[in-house]
Amino acid sequence: MTRLLVGPFNRVEGDLEVSLDIEDDAVASARVTTPLYRGFEQILVGRPMADALAIAPRICGICSVSQSMAAAAALRALYGVARAPNGVVAANLAHAAENMADHLTHFYIFFMPDFARAQYAGRSWHEAARRRFKAIEGAAANEVLQARRRLLEIMGILAGKWPHSLAFQPGGTTCAVDLGQKAQLVAIARDFRRFLEAIVFTAPLAVPLGLRTPEELERYCEGKGADGDFAAFCRIARALDLENLGRAANPLMSYGAYRGEAGAFLNAGVFDPIASALSPLDARAIREDVSHAYMRDGPEEPSLARTEPYVDKPDAYSFAKAPRLHGRPAEVGAVARLAVHGHPLVRALLERSRGSNVFVRVVARLIELAMVAEAAEGWAKALALNEPFCVVAPHDEDGDGVGLVEAARGSLGHWLGAQKGKIRSYQIIAPTTWNFSPRDASGVAGPVEQALVGAPLEGHGAGAASVQHVIRSFDPCMVCTAH
Amino acid sequence: MSAGAFNILWLQAGSCGGCTMSMLEHGSGGWFRELDTLGVNLLWHPSVSEETGAEARIVLERVEAGETPLHALCIEGAILCGPDGTGFFNRLAGTGRAMLDWARALAAKADYCVAIGSCATFGGIPAADPDPTDAAGLQYRKAVAGGALGADYRSRRGLPVINVAGCAPHPGWIMETLAALALDVLTADDLDALGRPKFYVDHLAHHGCSRNEFYEFKASAETLSQRGCLMEHLGCKATQAAGDCNQRGWNGSGSCTKGGFACIACTSPGFEDIRDYHRTPKIGGVPIGLPLDMPKAWFMALAALSKSATPQRVRRNATADHVVVPPRGARKPRE
Ligand code: SF4
Ligand code: SF4
Repeated sequence: MTRLLVGPFNRVEGDLEVSLDIEDDAVASARVTTPLYRGFEQILVGRPMADALAIAPRICGICSVSQSMAAAAALRALYGVARAPNGVVAANLAHAAENMADHLTHFYIFFMPDFARAQYAGRSWHEAARRRFKAIEGAAANEVLQARRRLLEIMGILAGKWPHSLAFQPGGTTCAVDLGQKAQLVAIARDFRRFLEAIVFTAPLAVPLGLRTPEELERYCEGKGADGDFAAFCRIARALDLENLGRAANPLMSYGAYRGEAGAFLNAGVFDPIASALSPLDARAIREDVSHAYMRDGPEEPSLARTEPYVDKPDAYSFAKAPRLHGRPAEVGAVARLAVHGHPLVRALLERSRGSNVFVRVVARLIELAMVAEAAEGWAKALALNEPFCVVAPHDEDGDGVGLVEAARGSLGHWLGAQKGKIRSYQIIAPTTWNFSPRDASGVAGPVEQALVGAPLEGHGAGAASVQHVIRSFDPCMVCTAH
Repeated sequence: MSAGAFNILWLQAGSCGGCTMSMLEHGSGGWFRELDTLGVNLLWHPSVSEETGAEARIVLERVEAGETPLHALCIEGAILCGPDGTGFFNRLAGTGRAMLDWARALAAKADYCVAIGSCATFGGIPAADPDPTDAAGLQYRKAVAGGALGADYRSRRGLPVINVAGCAPHPGWIMETLAALALDVLTADDLDALGRPKFYVDHLAHHGCSRNEFYEFKASAETLSQRGCLMEHLGCKATQAAGDCNQRGWNGSGSCTKGGFACIACTSPGFEDIRDYHRTPKIGGVPIGLPLDMPKAWFMALAALSKSATPQRVRRNATADHVVVPPRGARKPRE
């Protein structure tokens, strides 16, 4: 057995180090390390509670709207108020723009460039992948950055700026939209849809959205979708058997996404991919174990927990804590959201593999992109221009509030306790904390640590493309993980 | 890599990655195309480059050894010096070395050193009280010269750290600074006393705000989402904050105050320690933070006068979330 250290692991958000034990040219066990700690939970304590809206989003530049939404939701729960209906729609639209930008950036800028690596030279698809997806130089890169830039004009209109906006408040959003801006929002949503239809799916969105079985997906990739980047990925995935890479079989969890007056656009729940069973989410069953984190022991309930670094702790190897649901790790992200929501294609792919894998994680992300892009135009049209966007929240000074939202990478929760208007405690469990969890006190590995086991290295050691694919299939955001 | 290219190495220290996210929005043809146009070569950038693990370490080692010329070192994020000066709170993965150590080693090799964003500049949010990680900017700790590289640091071309402050900075602020360096047209005179490029900090964020008419008449919003000036009640610091924020569009057309929330002076050292961001601290009803170059007595006299002269339209619109009284009168505009 040899041990290899992988890092700096790039084209992920933030700093990630992976330690691999190697046996027979494959990964025998893995430990993932978050080597950055900035102390946001410590910085938040003692501040006026509404300042969470300025500080918490700055945990992360890639999902700052999600962080804002979670902080606002925690305050809203504490105040016991409801948002202005327009504020709900505007926040969903801005959140959709951020999440779509994330999925797009992940697919093109972070994930696909690995197929252009020299390790694959000589494969029949490599030259085409290199021309299209190579990091920085590939033809897709600038096309995608243009589409992303246009999409994020939604932020200019609804959020003032991105990242790090203060527009998302407990009572709604601060920017009332006029008729001209509403027309612009619809135009941006349509532009983005056209980009997806022309470049990613080479078909009207209804086509990818109608795919229900793996066989239909295959036919689409050979037919209507053949010229699109989604199909290019699916063909490479088949050639490399990515369905059998990076498998993990943990419960898949979603807090539910894009809530509106008629409920959530994507439902909340927990899906067990082995039993193919759905159960309701009980957020009170969430705990954080610190046995392998550079943190002092304390209560495990997020509403009671503290965050105190302890860098000399024996057995610790990451600044990330280990979140557990009913004592077990959970995988979060687009695949979990769509599995919980009951998407037939995602459910079928999970059933075939009896767990999640590199292929289904990426498929789910792109299907979700299509779903949200279609919904976004409807949300823009639903803004009622003469109604308020924000209500003034009566300001309770004491209490507890939990804000649970879905960021692009999965379930994000903020647990806030307040006393005399000041933050008494603040705990954040980010999506990547779930996926990149270190081991817990019983030695159970987190989802990525499990998914890496068995990855074939084919003589390439720690730089093997398989390792890159597995880790990036989770779209990690390390700055969120230990915050 | 083209010969004679301007080599940039971009690293992320204690950051949120937001400066990079902002950066990726730059350029109508895409940021990579823009870099190419300006002859800028990204030696390595953690979010976008192909090289990973050992390949990336080699890129850094070659720069450190002086084998690859480094024209600009760009660092995004605060340098975390803790605990006890070890920098252990932020190690560069796979290298066993703290970013503090890397930053010092690489800055010594750079023609120019550019701090991207308020964290790399002054420490930013990680440095906020109680500063759990002993966070510093490259050349400042909050407003005090020093920081991770020391007050005396000068890059090989003799400049202090160039501080592109902002949280997150406008992509134009970053790219125009890098372009000026690549074009060899940025000199010490182009930086203000805190090392920030004057082209965007020689303005106040208040300049060009769409609420300027409300400001003139001290017609103020009382709660967020209303249209009036945000200075009197809602904490707007834009009359004291450096930045051309309201003169250039963010994400197409936006700005903080257009978005309906107050400027929190994110380009200034100390913004991280503001308390109650959206409440204006006052003494005897007068805001403590007055416009930078305005004597208090003048401000009070002007405010009293303008309040008494506020047109109905301005007064009513100030506390509404959309225009309730349009600017129409009995008189027609005359030539
Ligand atoms: S809201 Fe702020 S930036 Fe706008 S006019 Fe008032 S003080 Fe100036
Ligand atoms: S308006 Fe103020 S808070 Fe907003 S970006 Fe400019 S300086 Fe920063």
